[in-house]
Amino acid sequence: MKKITMRLKSKLWLALLLVLSLLISACSPTKEADVKSAGGNEPYKIGAVLDISGNSSSLGVPERDTLLMMVEKLNANGGVKGHPIDLTIMDNKSDETESVLAVKTLIEKGALAILGASSSGTSMAMIKTVQSEKVPMISLAAASSIVEPTSERQWVYKTAQSDIVMINKIISYLKKNNLNKIAFLYMNNSYGDNGKKAISAAVKDSGIDIVAEEKFDANDKDMTPQLTKVKASGAQAAIVWAIPPSASILTKNFKDIGLSIPLIHSHGVGNQKFIELAQGAADGVILPIGKLSVAQQISDNDSQKKVLESYIADYSKKYNAEPNSFGGYAWDAFNLLVNALEKAGPDRVAIRDELEKTQGFVGISGVFNMTPQDHNGLKEDSAVLVQVDQGKWKLIE
Amino acid sequence: MGEQLLQLLFTGLTLGSIYSIIALTLVTTFNVTGILNLAQGEFVVIGALLAVSLQGTGMPIIAVFIVSVILVAILGGLLERLTIYRARGASNLSMLIITIGLSISLRGLALLIWGTETYSLPAFSEGGSKIVGGAALNPQSIWIFALVAVTLTGLYGFLGHTFWGKAVKASVYNQTGARLQGINLNTISFLAFVAAGGLGAAAGVSIAPITMVTYDMGFMLGVKGFVAAAIGGLSNVGGAVIGGILLGILESFSSGLISSGLKDAISMIILLGVLLFRPEGIIGAIRERKI
Repeated sequence: MKKITMRLKSKLWLALLLVLSLLISACSPTKEADVKSAGGNEPYKIGAVLDISGNSSSLGVPERDTLLMMVEKLNANGGVKGHPIDLTIMDNKSDETESVLAVKTLIEKGALAILGASSSGTSMAMIKTVQSEKVPMISLAAASSIVEPTSERQWVYKTAQSDIVMINKIISYLKKNNLNKIAFLYMNNSYGDNGKKAISAAVKDSGIDIVAEEKFDANDKDMTPQLTKVKASGAQAAIVWAIPPSASILTKNFKDIGLSIPLIHSHGVGNQKFIELAQGAADGVILPIGKLSVAQQISDNDSQKKVLESYIADYSKKYNAEPNSFGGYAWDAFNLLVNALEKAGPDRVAIRDELEKTQGFVGISGVFNMTPQDHNGLKEDSAVLVQVDQGKWKLIE
Repeated sequence: MGEQLLQLLFTGLTLGSIYSIIALTLVTTFNVTGILNLAQGEFVVIGALLAVSLQGTGMPIIAVFIVSVILVAILGGLLERLTIYRARGASNLSMLIITIGLSISLRGLALLIWGTETYSLPAFSEGGSKIVGGAALNPQSIWIFALVAVTLTGLYGFLGHTFWGKAVKASVYNQTGARLQGINLNTISFLAFVAAGGLGAAAGVSIAPITMVTYDMGFMLGVKGFVAAAIGGLSNVGGAVIGGILLGILESFSSGLISSGLKDAISMIILLGVLLFRPEGIIGAIRERKI
């Protein structure tokens, strides 16, 4: 009898081991880009924390791909003044706690600066650590509270346009079309909450009323109940602050229950996946977005046009797919950091100071002009309004 | 207002159909083997993801459905032979823990194969939602109900009118007695997991047009399915379906009429209430098995 239980036990252990090894191999896809010795100089270590798996993976994956492409290109061309870049990318699984653990690991490994994270919640989670350890961080997320107030965010920068830039774009569209009663729907997370705060502040004294306000969860499978309330509220337009897949499900539900008011989304849906998952329901959706998605349609005089076209060419050549604005945030963050590294060398304080001095940097998301009060540096001219037309983005202004 | 209520009811039925099909698969395995299979949500996800890949090759949706069901049924049987069978005789708690391990491994496997992207499948019938009495009804939820109905009738027919069905019932009531009658319990457990895999995949392919599918969706589905099954009294097939529909309607009405933020809290409070005041559902079933 004892023998049998012993055998059973050892087998159980084996099974456990197997499960554990599977777990480890599956759940921690830490990637290190190749460090090619460029002139044999000491490499500059930088780290990135991205939402590669989990709910915000549609953001993190193109960001990772962009960073890997950029590092490879830069190192092949001799790196930063002869120093290759040693980039470690960590996956936070779209989880705040994992984000903090990842950033601590990277700082312990001696990263000079941190790129990421991809979404507002995971970025906010990292701020306390980088502030106390005094490590420059460039977030790729939208919420303005990531870099505000700057007196408590000396070490934090971000490349995605702040909510308020996008919301001002939307407000001017509403005013132009005389839409005074709006419904606001948002995701129950920090992206949605920040959108809600920004819009509540922006509509004050503008003559626009929010007549319905509804939230939903990132995992929700059906938003019809919330939309039913919107329908009953008499709103003239619906504004949604969410990312796919929930944003796509909502768009499908919106069409299904026959709502005919304009549907305005945030820049959080600025990828082809949103249109694909909405399965045709996305046509007619209006949203503010960076210029990347409509690079061919913007004027040749636009200072960003050349940068946009070269990024699109590089990315499509390497990955055989169109880049999206999330990859663009990573492009901007990487180049801002490389510029700062060139001037500052391997010194965290000097890198931070150089980032703050950035002026007139033409990137994918816009033209960056940082100041001690503005750690994003983008203005309204960095966004355009587009409408989905037969599954494609169309510039409407 | 009437229209709004009808709309909330339809949405509740759509959600309810999803929860009840998952609850149904959970209850089937539990009834037969006494194991609460926590990897059930993963069978659903893998079925749906397989269907996405198969559909990519240009197969018609009906063929996709059948092939995906067969493949996941084989996977279910295989996993039973590799894990549950080898640990036969171990306590129900060990079995439960084994299924947790299975669930995590399957999720990891899905992540390796399909990555983190979200996929969707086309609906079984074309033409989007139908307007009934001023409210939109998603035809896919009718397909899901059809699947629930077919499964229910199939189960009742199988358990009541076939030799193997009666053998299954006998082994549920009294394992030793069943063994003395020459019923092979190992075969029964194997069949239960084959059925769990196949039913899971069928559920996955049917719900994916509404819920879309990501590799890590199984856990949440499993939880909602469990709540539905527990409301219905874990060992009762019909109860699972009613529990699922109740849960869906509750969620829909609480988010539509009270607050969307409170939706999950309300459904969990209902679960607690059921477990506290009508414990014969879950606890009764377990006690009965132990006797």
